[in-house]
Amino acid sequence: MKKLLVSIFALTAISTAIAAPIAMEDQSQLKPAPSKAESEQYHLPPLEADLPDNAFGVMVRKGHAIFVDTKRQVPELVGNGLNCVNCHLDQGRLANSAPMWGAYTMYPAYRKKNDKVNTYAERIQGCFQFSMDGTPPAADSETMTALTTFSYWLATGAPSGVKTPGSGYPDVAQPEGGYDIANGKNIYAEQCAVCHSADGLGQKVGENYVFPPLWGKSSFNWGAGMHRINTAASFIKANMPLGKGGTLSDKEAWDVAAFMNSHERPQDPRLVEGDIEKTRVKFHANDGVNLYGETVNGVLIGQGVK
Amino acid sequence: MRAFKHLIYGGLLAAAISPAMADDGEKIYKQGGSQPGALACVTCHMPDGKGMDAGGFPKIAGDSAVYLSKQIHDFKKGLRENAIMLPIASALTEEEIKAVTQYMSSLDKVQVPEITRAKTPEGLGEQLAIRGDWSRSIPECVACHGPGGVGVGDTFPPLAGQGAKYLAAQLHAWQQGTRKNDQNDLMGHIARSLTEEEIIAVADYFAGLGK
Repeated sequence: MKKLLVSIFALTAISTAIAAPIAMEDQSQLKPAPSKAESEQYHLPPLEADLPDNAFGVMVRKGHAIFVDTKRQVPELVGNGLNCVNCHLDQGRLANSAPMWGAYTMYPAYRKKNDKVNTYAERIQGCFQFSMDGTPPAADSETMTALTTFSYWLATGAPSGVKTPGSGYPDVAQPEGGYDIANGKNIYAEQCAVCHSADGLGQKVGENYVFPPLWGKSSFNWGAGMHRINTAASFIKANMPLGKGGTLSDKEAWDVAAFMNSHERPQDPRLVEGDIEKTRVKFHANDGVNLYGETVNGVLIGQGVK
Repeated sequence: MRAFKHLIYGGLLAAAISPAMADDGEKIYKQGGSQPGALACVTCHMPDGKGMDAGGFPKIAGDSAVYLSKQIHDFKKGLRENAIMLPIASALTEEEIKAVTQYMSSLDKVQVPEITRAKTPEGLGEQLAIRGDWSRSIPECVACHGPGGVGVGDTFPPLAGQGAKYLAAQLHAWQQGTRKNDQNDLMGHIARSLTEEEIIAVADYFAGLGK
């Protein structure tokens, strides 16, 4: 009887669509990118083939190598199985996939995430701490110089201090009636599992991931921007399935993003006094739509996995 | 009950890897199946399983047994149109398909050199392989087929060391709709975006990798 009740409760919980307001976008100074006029072109970064054969060119190539092959190039800085290029497609060049030419030109900027003006180096350090669940490279390290030089090169000719079309991920409004994790599970099975595998843990060749893990100990941690359902929905809508961006509906993108982000991942490194609730209140309560510290189907989300 | 279940699973596992089955697979590969029309694989795919690209016959050595089994079923279903493989696939029993694909999978696979996306591409084939062309929503081939086109899991077959004629023929088949056995048109939409020059270049590139 008790079992039955629990099952009924679980069913009710997952079939009820959940609606929540987006309280705050993290990079509050950075407004959503304007949409592109029909006649307008996205910023075109320079071609790899045109890189100069000098010290600058060598540093750009080094930054590129770290960007597309992060885990192997700087293993000491990466705590999970991811590479920069997993969330910034086409080597950081692709419009609407948070291209580096869109990011580089917007810093220094104030970020609520750490309540201060951040340099571009500090922004990259944030990626390593959260998205890569690792160790941030020092601001004066060669890794940082390489990644900054690579980004600067991609931004050649782009206006600075202006949010240009194609930067970030285009916002996808939360569907009316909210999101539905149970439906997200179905979308996942139909559209995502073939690459990211049925268990969401990605697929490897040898030691390295070809298809990145979406949750679990080798994925991004609870402090990464991608843990927000709204951010993940925006990324997914524009870029997934790979090569078929824009084919999921807004609702499908939200549902599958919510399904992904209802799974456990490494703990938020900012954990306050070892307490999930305190961490939720301080860092997650006003950070977009996310499930950290919430209870879904009777399970507390945000416990972290090692 | 649980112990019983384990016994059944254990039994299945033992059966799956029993030497008798491996022998059956080898026999089917070299001499053909039990029913008329189930011709010996070795004639076209060669004793080492490396195929014969002059005739467009692919390498199957070391490929995933699950992948190979799916292809045989897809020939039967017409999801891959092929005049030679249709009658052969149709004449194989389920047990024979299982045995022979396991044998194929056990043959030595090609050795693939480690090529990461950090490399600067040389030539059109490598450009597509490790950079793609995102202006036309063409991902890097290696994003799904793995570094150097080594193949990933049971779904994304190895490209490295595969015959150039066979690879080009598959891309053409996807363009023409005579091969449509991929999930959600993931490969089809890419093939349809490729030019003839690109198909030849990328097929030659992967054929040249790994021996």
